[in-house]
Amino acid sequence: MSVTTDRRTLLRRAAAAGLVAVPGVSFLSACAGSDDSGNDTKQATGEKSADNPLGIDPKAGIEIVIFDGGLGTKYATDVDTPLYNKKWPDSKVTYSATQQVATTIKPRLNAGSPPDMINNSGSDLMDFGAIVKAGQAADLSDLFAAPSLDIAGKTVAETLVPGAVQQGTYDGKPFAVNYSFTVFGLWYNKKLFEKNSWTIPTTWADFTALLDKIKAAGITPFSYAGANASYYMVRAIMTSAAKIGTEQVLKDIDNLKPGAWTNDAVKQAAAAWGEVGKKYANPSHLGLRHTEVQLQQNQDKVAFYPCGSWLENEQAASTPAGFEYAMMAFPSVTASDKLPATAINAAAGEIYFAASKGKNPQGGKEYLRTMLSKEAALEFTKLTKSLTVVAGAADGVTISPGLTSANDALGKAGQDVFMGYLFDTWYKKLDDASREAANQLFFKGGDAQKFCDTMEAASQAVAKDSSITKFTRS
Amino acid sequence: MRHGKYPFIIGFLVVPLALYLVFVVGAYVQMFQLSLTDWSGYGGFTYIGLENFQKLWDDPVFWIALRHNVYLLIAMPIITIAMALFFAFLLNSGGRKAGGVWGSKVYRVIFFFPQLLALAIVAVIFGRVFGSDKSGMINGLLPESWTPWLFLADEQWALTCILVVLVWQAVGFYVVLFSAGMGSIAEEIYEAAALDGATKVTLFFKITLPLLWDTLQVAWVYLGIAAFDAFALVNIMSVNHGGPDNSTQVLSMQIYLNAFQNSQAGYASALGVVLFFLTLTFAALTLRVTRRDAVQA
Repeated sequence: MSVTTDRRTLLRRAAAAGLVAVPGVSFLSACAGSDDSGNDTKQATGEKSADNPLGIDPKAGIEIVIFDGGLGTKYATDVDTPLYNKKWPDSKVTYSATQQVATTIKPRLNAGSPPDMINNSGSDLMDFGAIVKAGQAADLSDLFAAPSLDIAGKTVAETLVPGAVQQGTYDGKPFAVNYSFTVFGLWYNKKLFEKNSWTIPTTWADFTALLDKIKAAGITPFSYAGANASYYMVRAIMTSAAKIGTEQVLKDIDNLKPGAWTNDAVKQAAAAWGEVGKKYANPSHLGLRHTEVQLQQNQDKVAFYPCGSWLENEQAASTPAGFEYAMMAFPSVTASDKLPATAINAAAGEIYFAASKGKNPQGGKEYLRTMLSKEAALEFTKLTKSLTVVAGAADGVTISPGLTSANDALGKAGQDVFMGYLFDTWYKKLDDASREAANQLFFKGGDAQKFCDTMEAASQAVAKDSSITKFTRS
Repeated sequence: MRHGKYPFIIGFLVVPLALYLVFVVGAYVQMFQLSLTDWSGYGGFTYIGLENFQKLWDDPVFWIALRHNVYLLIAMPIITIAMALFFAFLLNSGGRKAGGVWGSKVYRVIFFFPQLLALAIVAVIFGRVFGSDKSGMINGLLPESWTPWLFLADEQWALTCILVVLVWQAVGFYVVLFSAGMGSIAEEIYEAAALDGATKVTLFFKITLPLLWDTLQVAWVYLGIAAFDAFALVNIMSVNHGGPDNSTQVLSMQIYLNAFQNSQAGYASALGVVLFFLTLTFAALTLRVTRRDAVQA
């Protein structure tokens, strides 16, 4: 049974064909411990028209849930909802915010009465692959094919940065809007670097030479928080691997291809970073949390920090006057890297989806269409200092030094912007393994071979596990 | 009393029994059912027989977690009970006369304090105490020139740090429990023994301990069950959810990770089934092995 066909339509079709619905059907869409009452709810729909491309019922309300985290909730309450209501004044938006997304939403999904639009994010986020597999997320094909709300002559998909739709695509169908656009790189204090006349390295030799200088100045040259943010280090290793051997290396990893983790590019990247760990790591940072290490960077005790462009906003309250965030691309590892030193990993993130079994999934999609308008995107960037996947929405607007620096890096990269990897959201188990392996590599001796072998074994264990839904990308 | 006796009793029992059936027995039954499925936690499932248990048997992390649980199971009750007994003895008959040491009433209250704090708060506080750099409390007290002790970031000591907190949190309660037990031992027994020239140590081993046996037995079972749990502490304190390198991994953490993070609710249920039988076996064994004829006090 396809995930897009709910039980209602299935039964209707079965009846139309003069068949009797087999009991197995109800079992397929049933879930443990709850009846299937959700599917008996009437879903709101209306006439499709040029003005109403998703065919929503203008009078039906929608319920939205926003994750209350680093991005805040103001963009929803002060921008998106008023914009939505400007177009649909009779559709009441019921809003709530939570930090515990899985705790509050999962029971409602399983009970068949989910909110219509959900922001799946934070440390308590739900496994989105499993949600798609269970048919709980609405197919967003019609949303992406609908005309943009305020960019004339383009569909929603056409207004987005390359890769944005693909990022939320599972086995060929889009199920999620990854709304924010994150640029990944090495973050540093521009003022500290200027004061010491440290120049930004592009080769590995220059990079390690600079790390030596920084170490001599009594500063931890490069660090991350091992206790809860080792995936920042995973990102660093993976980015270097992609630069050595192109994004294909990461695609193979995502596709669980045998040998993907033991190929030369991964091995070289792991060896290079393992060496950095061995020489420059501060062992006590393995026990620290991201806020602690980030604060140390703000105090100029840590020079380089691998992170995404949300960092500046996250640290806004603790950044002193003498600190100005800037970002550089990861330096080339070898002289024969296949991607240039300017290549950047930038990806859409922060999942928003419409629940398929809610009362008003079309309304949820319409809310997403509102969010993807140019006006909403610009306001989002202003409020959160994060770019969105709406291409060029924030062009020409000066927002903050860190974001400007990230935008510059994107510009320098030109065509060499790659999406990165998806295995961390597809296979949580592999994500866990990679976090631990990165910690072992960086803080416990830098054994690249061990890193590759551990991850290869973990990857093959996931590949063999029939209870885990597999996804592929190209 | 003969008429309407049963409706009366049933009236009292029906609500707690219903709650128990729904939230304890029902949950267990469903756990057993789910352990035979491939349920992800969302949507439908199919029955896959004992495949989850097969997978569990082959899972090295399961064995690591089990080993850590066994370590806690042995170390935590022994240390806690020994310390609690020692303190309780001092509080009750450690003084020069029959009573406890000077100020024992105040100590009794202080000992009980940790029990009043929610486990999550204790974990957060001790996370700071065991901080792995100079901002940690213990490292902050050490001389500036020392390299900081890694505590939770050191795979050799991480589990011991967790153990220390478990013991710290539990001791107070058992001090009070044992004090109550010791209070119920008749004064004359001690006096008679003292007249015969018994020392404090002899009094403790020959009189207090045997007469306290039932309480000890209960304490052992409770502590053992607590040692099988340890979830809150590991979840909040440990590096990278049971790390570094799985050095603080326990079964409860594995259940949580598989059920709520890895979307493998079926597998997590299988782990739950194993934990259920382990706890049951432990409780039964403890009660059996330590069974003694009650000594009349």
